[in-house]
Amino acid sequence: MATTAINRAPFGGFSFENCKRNALIEGEASKVGCSLPSARKTGTTICGVVFKGGIVLGADTRATEGMVVADKNCSKIHYISPNIYCCGAGTAADTEMTTQLISSNLELHALSTGRQPRVATANRMLKQMLFRYQGYIGAALVLGGVDCNGPHLYSIYPHGSTDKLPYVTMGSGSLAAMAVFEDRYKPDMEEEQAKQLVRDAIAAGIFNDLGSGSNIDLCVITKDKVDYLRPHDEANQKGVRTGDYKYKRGTTGVLTTVVQLLNLEVVEETIQTMDTS
Amino acid sequence: MLSSLSFGDTGKMKEYHYTGAVEHRFSPYAFNGGTVLAVAGEDFAIVASDTRLSEGYSIHCRDSPKCYKLTDTTVIGCSGFHGDCLTLTKIIDARLKMYKHSNNKMMTSGAIAAMLSTILYGRRFFPYYVYNIIGGLDEEGKGAVYSFDPVGSYQRDTYKAGGSASAMLQPLLDNQIGFKNMEGVQHVPLTKEKAVQLVKDVFVSAAERDVYTGDALRICLITKEGMDEQTIPLRRD
Repeated sequence: MATTAINRAPFGGFSFENCKRNALIEGEASKVGCSLPSARKTGTTICGVVFKGGIVLGADTRATEGMVVADKNCSKIHYISPNIYCCGAGTAADTEMTTQLISSNLELHALSTGRQPRVATANRMLKQMLFRYQGYIGAALVLGGVDCNGPHLYSIYPHGSTDKLPYVTMGSGSLAAMAVFEDRYKPDMEEEQAKQLVRDAIAAGIFNDLGSGSNIDLCVITKDKVDYLRPHDEANQKGVRTGDYKYKRGTTGVLTTVVQLLNLEVVEETIQTMDTS
Repeated sequence: MLSSLSFGDTGKMKEYHYTGAVEHRFSPYAFNGGTVLAVAGEDFAIVASDTRLSEGYSIHCRDSPKCYKLTDTTVIGCSGFHGDCLTLTKIIDARLKMYKHSNNKMMTSGAIAAMLSTILYGRRFFPYYVYNIIGGLDEEGKGAVYSFDPVGSYQRDTYKAGGSASAMLQPLLDNQIGFKNMEGVQHVPLTKEKAVQLVKDVFVSAAERDVYTGDALRICLITKEGMDEQTIPLRRD
């Protein structure tokens, strides 16, 4: 049987073609004195709590690039399945891609079993993937959901270890949030009490940790419903500027103008507003 | 101590570890954050700073202003390593007293600037980790701003930003006060009210994007009548 080497398109997963080149570039760059761009981290506070009847997950909304805020309102609570959601801390791209991958696989799995997916299944899939990559995928997750066996909450570390607990916190603000939990957590709380507790824990992270900030997102999961509250609490308003900094037309000097007419017909028009405050 | 998110040599992510010195050599410096700004007008000067003192990912103090009054007509803003800021201002105060007693007059802004340059260069090989900006009135009563680097190089400016958010503030000041990169705009001289409003707006913007800047803003307005202080709140997250 003849084996032919076919150039097939990369089918999912990671491609390590650039690793050697990157190592070379890094060597060259450090000689000259500059550094390679680093991955954006979320420097975060995320937490989760089990209450009577379900799970409350909470997260802040700041994404930092070094010590500069890159995104003031990013979403850190990711969808896994209709009854399971996951908060992510660590490298932003890693948490996003990992949760999307497991969400996709879990949906296929649910179709195959014909049953609602279980939180333990999502946990298994996540930990097996993270362990396979030996910590190189920097994703620290708080996984929570309600399935046929009740509410479950897991914390998952980048190297692949998991803990099943009634209350968990992750991220750079985890100590501030855990301090609040250790003070006020009680088993079998009511929904409003649990929401207030998670809100206060994230607020502790937002105000006492420099890597966390802006607003508080909450996700309440019970057997019957999922409340994705984004934002649940705008703990920090954007500062108001008193001066007017709009420029008149012609302030930017124009050096040359080249006009090229395009013959197009409008098929569809959509408007996307941007924040001009 | 200087600390950062630790990535091991292999590139794997270690545990979040923001305030320990376990893996690092002892470093005599720490970075305590903070931003300072000074603007000179025709007959006034403004020195403003935020009041947050931080280290790593934690906040030490929300009410630690970085402007220090030296004389009735001069204020210095110091940001960087707080330990060196305190020591440096103590030394400057002592030298001011010595000058006053031996020369029977107060030091002028220009003289303080020249003296500070020599003090900083005296520690050329173990520098004060402080970014200084002096703001005040010169002998003629006009506004003066002197900006320094950690080892004593200085120059007189019209406006200068220093500290952690300096790279965000300086281009905005260049545009709004220096009228750079704008065409066909009338160069109106800067009034006191406009300058204070600009300083407030600029810090509000810096607090949005720089994690080290926030909590409150202290503005010192120096005129021939004296020094006027005001504090306004900023984002606390």
